[in-house]
Amino acid sequence: MKKHLKKFLERLVEGILTLSGAVTSITILLIVIFLFKEGVGLFNSPSIEKGYGLYTHSDNQIDDLEVSEIKDIFDLNISNWKAFGGKDEEIYLFRFNEIFKLYTDAELGENYTLIPEKLEEIILENPNIIAYLPIRYAPEEKAGIKMLPEKNITLTDFFGGEEWIPTTTPAPLFGVIPLVTGTLLVSFFAILIALPLGLGVAIYLSELANDKTRKIMKPTIELLAGIPSVVYGFFGLVVLVPIVQNAFNLSVGETAFTGSLVLAIMALPTIITVAEDSMRSTPRAMREASLALGATHWQTIYKVVIPYSASGISAAVVLGIGRAIGETMAVLMVTGNAALIPTSLFDPVRTIPATIAAELGEAPVGGTHYQALFLLGCILFILTLIISLVVELISKKQVNNGL
Amino acid sequence: MKNRILSYSKLIGFLIIGMSFTGCSPSSEEEAGATPSSTSITIKGSDTTLPISQKVAEQYMKDNSGETIIVTGGGSGVGISSLMSGTTDIAQSSRKIKFDEVEKIRDSGKSIEEVVVAYDAMAVVVHPDNAVNELTREQLEGIFTGKIQNWNELGGEDLKIIPYSRETSSGTYEFFKESVLLDRNYVNGIMSMPATGAIIQSVNQTKGAIGYVGLAYLNKDVKAIHVSYDGENFVEPTIENAKNNTYPIVRPLYFYHEKDTNEKLDQFIQYTLSPAGQKLIEEIGFITVN
Repeated sequence: MKKHLKKFLERLVEGILTLSGAVTSITILLIVIFLFKEGVGLFNSPSIEKGYGLYTHSDNQIDDLEVSEIKDIFDLNISNWKAFGGKDEEIYLFRFNEIFKLYTDAELGENYTLIPEKLEEIILENPNIIAYLPIRYAPEEKAGIKMLPEKNITLTDFFGGEEWIPTTTPAPLFGVIPLVTGTLLVSFFAILIALPLGLGVAIYLSELANDKTRKIMKPTIELLAGIPSVVYGFFGLVVLVPIVQNAFNLSVGETAFTGSLVLAIMALPTIITVAEDSMRSTPRAMREASLALGATHWQTIYKVVIPYSASGISAAVVLGIGRAIGETMAVLMVTGNAALIPTSLFDPVRTIPATIAAELGEAPVGGTHYQALFLLGCILFILTLIISLVVELISKKQVNNGL
Repeated sequence: MKNRILSYSKLIGFLIIGMSFTGCSPSSEEEAGATPSSTSITIKGSDTTLPISQKVAEQYMKDNSGETIIVTGGGSGVGISSLMSGTTDIAQSSRKIKFDEVEKIRDSGKSIEEVVVAYDAMAVVVHPDNAVNELTREQLEGIFTGKIQNWNELGGEDLKIIPYSRETSSGTYEFFKESVLLDRNYVNGIMSMPATGAIIQSVNQTKGAIGYVGLAYLNKDVKAIHVSYDGENFVEPTIENAKNNTYPIVRPLYFYHEKDTNEKLDQFIQYTLSPAGQKLIEEIGFITVN
């Protein structure tokens, strides 16, 4: 009887563990699918804000405008139609809100029913006009009035665009090149600083430090890993930014370099604890065998301990890289968030996680901005995946070489 | 063979159970019109309006025990989009709601009411050692759109101008763009900081910096610029100058809520507009509504 009860309990626990494993894997898979589903819809969205259109007089020969050209027109950087091959006439810019300044509410009718008529008058009177109007209140296309054809956001607009201005009207710009290069720059240098340092400290702690030092340092480092990232960001903004500014004589201290420093400091405790744990777990027998064969302490570390704990070290590296690439708050506060393609390490940059963190709250659910941010998340996911795979491959090679 | 079939069928069984758990997800988007809670009031939105809501809410909760008010920031854009999705009672905003946001809400069957609860003067700040004291609107526009790049063009030292802005979800960002930049875009690659506190910190640390903050956040770490819209009268940002309309960059702060509200919401809004509530608002550094 007791034996049956025990067996039943064992099977129950087994079942619960299998179930939790299955649920976890399915949740992760569903999150990834959700990410891609929300993001890819971007390429079916119109490049001009949904529900709006650009209207011109039909005498105007211009039929097609790129999003960057639309931005230049509405920013008053280009003010003549001849820049697009049209007539040598000044562009007359009209935004929808101006109708409320030209006519009183009474003249526009109840529920604004008279707006299309008034807009029609304005367009017909001004052949050089380009008007940004909501489709619901715009005049119909007929003799004299033409709506520029709706285009969807193209792959080149997104992956090849060089400006990220997601809330401008009429056509938001979703170019990811500055964000991707910013992320790669900051993460690369963070890893460059953190990896050698982290592995060095791990080797020191596991092999060279005496017991007392290890007893003090290890808990301290593990404590550092638990500090929330906002605190690191604040520390970076108040302490590191002035130091970088004064040390390198820059005009502004918020740069990619400062971001890399903060990220390296954040990734260090993770790398150190995981690598050190795996190095300590090398069995004494192997170490003593190597020393017995005449190897020096350093040769033992290099040829026996590190290859043995290669999988642990690669786990530490992957975790550290993941932390460095995915950090949001700390980077948001110290890199300056300037969406420019960085030309040097000392330019302010904007990373993908910081962009998502700063902008997702206000992007209306299901809108173009929202989809663009999810697509950015997909890019981040793929980036981290590639790096993890590369690290796994390298560590497998090391294991083979070591043995 | 039998064992394998058994283990596979167990795995499939658990997968099905696992999927059914994830299948019943909350469909919060479909529940249009569901208020967050019938016993507490939620206020979400602008970080500029946050000190006002916090102070008024605290006093209100002290005076009426049993009422709970939840106040969150995040930016005016966040507040208004929460109002659209029904996750907040009041959206506090430092910019006027946009036409297409009103349309979106009207499409979903609700209608919005706008209440002005305070006025805020926006101060343009520079590093305390900066020699420049006065700027016109055109000069400010040139600085923030990237056309003016060095302080010596404005009578200062030979120092590169570093403009700081808020991030795009901020009502402060939108209002500054509308009023000072006349709807032009900020220079590509402007430094964008996540909070007003971060702007004050950065401007205090960087010699060539210039940024904009709400008047309530002004302190001795930074220097406020005297601004002129007409090129002749340069006015310092203070509460008196904002009240008597001589300081040009003043904006209303709004509470947006659905038209058909419950009594509790009405009571709270009336309290905010009452002399007691307005006195609290004045104490923090904003301008009252009258």
